[in-house]
Amino acid sequence: MARREVEQINAAPMADIAFLLLIFFLVTTTMETDTGLMRLLPPMQDPNVEQSEDQQIHERNILVVKVNKDNMLLVEGEIIQIGELKDITKEFILNPNDAENLPEKIEKNIPYFGLVRVAKQAVISLQNDYGTSYGVYIAVQNELLAARDEVRDELAMQTWGMRYDDLSEDQMAAVDDYYNAPISEAEPKKIGGE
Amino acid sequence: MGRINTASLPDIVFMLLFFFMTVTVMREVELKIQVRLPDATQGKKLEKKSLASFIYIGEPLPQLQATFGSEPKIQLNDAFKEIDDIQDFIAQERESLDEAEQAKMLVSLKIDKNTRMQIVTEVKQALRRANALKIMYANTPVEKITSLD
Repeated sequence: MARREVEQINAAPMADIAFLLLIFFLVTTTMETDTGLMRLLPPMQDPNVEQSEDQQIHERNILVVKVNKDNMLLVEGEIIQIGELKDITKEFILNPNDAENLPEKIEKNIPYFGLVRVAKQAVISLQNDYGTSYGVYIAVQNELLAARDEVRDELAMQTWGMRYDDLSEDQMAAVDDYYNAPISEAEPKKIGGE
Repeated sequence: MGRINTASLPDIVFMLLFFFMTVTVMREVELKIQVRLPDATQGKKLEKKSLASFIYIGEPLPQLQATFGSEPKIQLNDAFKEIDDIQDFIAQERESLDEAEQAKMLVSLKIDKNTRMQIVTEVKQALRRANALKIMYANTPVEKITSLD
């Protein structure tokens, strides 16, 4: 094969161009990924429909958490520190000794677990004042979520030896069913007509 | 001393370049407000950023306070907006997604930790009216919450 001498492309400036691009991307890169507390808002209620369900929930089934404008925490009528909130919430969700003042348990058939006694109606109600600071509100939400996540993790560990996040979807649904204590963010009171 | 052979330098640089190109997310909005996110331990990662819309709430930047005051304001995209604009904003954002993805849309609330809850509550109500129920309270991930301030 008669080959003509092909001139080699001078590759030296390539490094310069690549460096330029590299520096550009280095500068514009933001490495941090967003994290946040995932929540689901309740759908807007039709104002014409009377709401009666709320009143039917028995008092023992609700954990009332109030945060006032001075960022003080009132749980079930007692002023507490934020550090205590997680344990109180865990006890509320678990009700290990079937206490009278904690959620009532009903027998229910749940896949993977069989017939178990669960607190079906338990609700955690988070109420805040207009003056509450957002940072404290999030700290409280965080504690409530931490309690829920810990309870779930413990159950998942006991049953499958895995963390909740590693479970299959069916297993997750079963765990959710087992400890079903939704955190409800109360309807703001001052909305709609002063 | 012999010259160092630099022939493999472009390869290395290109490798780095590709790495940064793939991880780069362009900053999409210019913030006009100060947002110091609250700390939390239970934060979950935002998996798909394309599905998220962002609502920022906080005090205007110091240099803008002369014009806009120091009360917390809502920023959507690049401009200050009012509560009533949220519904349109959500509709717009929803429109920009594929039909299959619209149900998965998520609103990330990036709110300064010293904001009072009043404005936050109003925004939440507006989101409920707009039927954007999946929300995320953006936070700074920490191992342990040390103080509340």
